[in-house]
Amino acid sequence: MRKGKNMLEIKNLHVKLEEEDKQILKGVDLKVEAGKVHAIMGPNGSGKSTLSYVLAGREGYEVTEGEATLLGEDLLDMDPEERAALGVFLAFQYPVEIPGVGNMTFLRTAVNAQRKARGEEEMSSTEFLKVVREKAKALKIDAEMLKRPVNVGFSGGEKKRNEILQMAMLEPKLCILDETDSGLDVDAMKLVSEGVNALRDEGRGFLVITHYQRLLDHIKPDVVHIMADGRIIKTGGPELALEVEQNGYADLLAEVQ
Amino acid sequence: MSAILSRSIKTKPSAARTTATEARMAALSPGASSGWSVPAREAALARVQSMGLPQPRDEYWRFTKPQGLVQAEAPQAALFDPQEAPTFDQIDRVKIVFVDGVFSAEDSDPLELAGVSIERLAEATSDIHWAKDLYGVLEERGQDPVERPLAALNTWAATDGVLIRVSGKAEKPVSLIYRHESETSDVMLHHVIKLEEGAELTLLENGPAAARFNKVMEVEVADEARFHHVRTQGRDHERRAATHIFARLGRESLFKSFTLTANGVMTRNEAVIELTGDDAMAHVAGACMGDGREFHHDDTVFVTHDALNCESRQVFKKVLRNGATGVFQGKILVKEGAQKTDGYQISQSLLLDGDSTFLAKPELEIYADDVACSHGSTSGAIDEEAIFYLRSRGVDAETAQDLMTIAFLAEALDEIEDETLREALLERLTAWLERRRG
Repeated sequence: MRKGKNMLEIKNLHVKLEEEDKQILKGVDLKVEAGKVHAIMGPNGSGKSTLSYVLAGREGYEVTEGEATLLGEDLLDMDPEERAALGVFLAFQYPVEIPGVGNMTFLRTAVNAQRKARGEEEMSSTEFLKVVREKAKALKIDAEMLKRPVNVGFSGGEKKRNEILQMAMLEPKLCILDETDSGLDVDAMKLVSEGVNALRDEGRGFLVITHYQRLLDHIKPDVVHIMADGRIIKTGGPELALEVEQNGYADLLAEVQ
Repeated sequence: MSAILSRSIKTKPSAARTTATEARMAALSPGASSGWSVPAREAALARVQSMGLPQPRDEYWRFTKPQGLVQAEAPQAALFDPQEAPTFDQIDRVKIVFVDGVFSAEDSDPLELAGVSIERLAEATSDIHWAKDLYGVLEERGQDPVERPLAALNTWAATDGVLIRVSGKAEKPVSLIYRHESETSDVMLHHVIKLEEGAELTLLENGPAAARFNKVMEVEVADEARFHHVRTQGRDHERRAATHIFARLGRESLFKSFTLTANGVMTRNEAVIELTGDDAMAHVAGACMGDGREFHHDDTVFVTHDALNCESRQVFKKVLRNGATGVFQGKILVKEGAQKTDGYQISQSLLLDGDSTFLAKPELEIYADDVACSHGSTSGAIDEEAIFYLRSRGVDAETAQDLMTIAFLAEALDEIEDETLREALLERLTAWLERRRG
């Protein structure tokens, strides 16, 4: 893939909550190029998580205006699984516990479902095991965690590492990290960041959503966006994140209004 | 409770009940006219006449309409080709095949197994037989405090069955296979199983059996004996079945029974278990998948603790969709003096749509003061968060639902001790769900 080509393109995206008839996104414009890491920062309730859910295809949101494409394909018309097969991956802020479904079964089902959807051959179980073990080791995920039901009884840090493991196994084109740093201590944050950095690649784009600058010390962004009240109000380089860290959002918000 | 009331103020059956009972009995005759079982059959006949067959307003049949199970003629049931090898085919076992209730020597293995004596009820016609101490005996014990007239009817009229006496550890399972080849077959089989002290047996059952199947199994598990029962009930959509297991457990014995059901318009599985020796364990479990408005599945369990330090577990899970109905009636009765009882009961349903129904009646009745008993019953929809999580990883919506379905039923399947059997049933379940998706 040509470096710098638009991976994700969002134009004038308006989204409301179906149940409450409440407008959350009020015209988001955003381009994420392949090979780049974009960070979105912003105060609570600015619409950051909504943006990530809308891109992943969660129900309960209505797009009232605008568009979002990945590699030129209209994302908003697709089912979540189609988006995943095309290359969207959302690392959840709160990974879901699924009692009764083994982590390994889950990973293998997901990997092979995506391969099948793309017309590729399924991974053999020996190959799969080899790859999982290797990637799990880098994230310090032991065999016991792989055997347990998905996220059940995992600590906050284990859940986030498990998200990164899934990301590593699925090799998506666009990685959306929704507050992956929340609930992580310094060591866990380092581990998770290393996992993310290992996936940085010219053919892959990242959208890193976070409240705090500290994650961006580990995952160095190319571009930083500030989101407030359903819009991106400012875009800049990594220095913008430092500015927020020092001065908070108040100055930026005042600047816009 | 009206079941207890009906015992204390015993009256003659109503005219309507008597008429219905007589109509049903007219289509039947005693299952044997000579030999050791005759007195037990005659006593059972008297029980049926005095109780009468179940009627729609009976408390014990509040959630399940008895009509199809008690009417004179069996409702017709179309044959169904599941297009798969029967369950347990890959397991090394002694096969005993009944086709619409008729023993098939041709399809069965020789009834031989070291440490185990196997006979057919229809062929055991002598005047003296070990089974005489159990045939109809455990069934009769199970009539109190709740009447089970269909079981008494079976004791009277059963035409065949197996009599299994186990003196050692059986090296492989005994497998009862019930084929269904006639759309109108109306079958009653009665099995008696006696495990002597320290003996061990695994009994497998599978197949739809008949258009209408009434089966009784009486099991005596002596001290330190172990009995494992794993059954799958045939998938013929239109079949009906009323089954009873009556078990009596001795000291330090183990009784485990698991049933997997998919399809069949009507299934009523009753298990009546009595823990009479100290330190005994009884585990009954079931997993059921119901699809469609016609589907009705009822698990009715009654466990009586009458000894010290016994454990009982009931784990029942049902996945229901498209208007299917599931019923669970489960009771733990702890008698006076049955201290240190550990009783557990859970019944759960996963309703895949708003049309399906789960009716549960969990009960505890405790007359001892040093016991731990718990019961729980839940009914819920599928976890949409989990479905979205799976889909966001590329798993399609139907596969995600199937994964959640299997995960839900797995807790019941985990009750099967033998790993090979458990895996076989899990595979079967997965295949059914896959085929359903087409």
